[in-house]
Amino acid sequence: MIERISYKPQMCFSVLAALITFLPSFAFAHVELGQATGFITGLQHPWSGLDHVLAMIAVGIWGAQLGNPAIWLLPVTFPIVMSMGAMMGLLGIPLPGTEIGIALSAILLGAMVLGAIRPRLIIAALLVGFFAISHGYAHGTELPAGQSGLLYSMGFVIATGCLHGIGIALGLVHRWPVGKLALRGTGAYIAFMGVIFLWRALA
Amino acid sequence: MNWPAINRSILYWIVASIGVLCCPSPSAAHLVTTGMGPVYDGIGHLLLTPEDLVPVLAIALYAGLRGAVAGRRTMFLLPFAWCVGGLTGSAVSSATSIPIPALSFLILGGLVAADLCMPSAAVTVLAIALGLVHGFLNGAALRDGAGTLGLVGIMTILFVLVALISAFVVSIGKSWARIAVRVAGSWIAAVGLLMFGWAMR
Repeated sequence: MIERISYKPQMCFSVLAALITFLPSFAFAHVELGQATGFITGLQHPWSGLDHVLAMIAVGIWGAQLGNPAIWLLPVTFPIVMSMGAMMGLLGIPLPGTEIGIALSAILLGAMVLGAIRPRLIIAALLVGFFAISHGYAHGTELPAGQSGLLYSMGFVIATGCLHGIGIALGLVHRWPVGKLALRGTGAYIAFMGVIFLWRALA
Repeated sequence: MNWPAINRSILYWIVASIGVLCCPSPSAAHLVTTGMGPVYDGIGHLLLTPEDLVPVLAIALYAGLRGAVAGRRTMFLLPFAWCVGGLTGSAVSSATSIPIPALSFLILGGLVAADLCMPSAAVTVLAIALGLVHGFLNGAALRDGAGTLGLVGIMTILFVLVALISAFVVSIGKSWARIAVRVAGSWIAAVGLLMFGWAMR
């Protein structure tokens, strides 16, 4: 223990020295200034819409409720299928009822969490994948002019993955009886918000 | 437990982190002129160009998932292939309409996400192909900028990155850590799909 404590300040300064070497003070040149805003925009975008946030968190919570392998299979599947939806949007392929699909995703995924429903894995993956297309179609293509598509995509996918991670972390409380109850309450809230989103989409 | 010592250590970390975060110099990516010479320009180019960096991370992750032999081969052959591709690219025009980075993201990210069992020879072929193609694309740009010495910088950082990442992935024993690697692969594949969309728009 004593050795470890005396070692930490040295390690701290080593890490500091390593970090300082990465300071980009020398990297001036270049015409592509401002490209990084694409990454920030992509990173912020999924958090800007409550419908997307709630659906992504519901995916994570449901995956945690279902346990292995759904806990990792759903978050692995979702970004890829979501990107297919975004690609459809980018290619101009029409997808009617996108907003309704997003609202339904919140209702159904919330209901799954509320009821702690355990369908077969393939059905869960298909359900999540189906809604992922709507989310990707609506959100993946909203790149502001002049920003990097690649960096926007990276930010968007990472932020969506982080939302799944939050959902999984929340879902891990299902091990305790109180946690199970709390998750069901969260599912009810997500489903209720989904009804509001659906109301707005149809209005 | 020695709380004061630990608290002091945490304080060091906080001060160090704040110190680094208080230096917000703008960083401009791609074909960087670092002011420190062509070798560092090459290093900077790879580290600040996601089109090249992310496929390298993906192949390193995949080689790590496939084991130590695949990791070792990738560590040596990827920089070599990148060098050959770069030298070829600097001699020949490298303009292409094929979205190569998108393909690299998609294929390598998909392989990591699926954790597909392939023989280490196949991983080696993938690494060589990646190095040749991306090196070729880098070649023309380096001819106008950092030149051959830039390639040396790129090879150096490739070796370091693949060695560190592959070794890390090979060493992970816990199943959740392996799953985290696969999730990262799915993100890379997803970005690749989006890049295809942007390219075809």
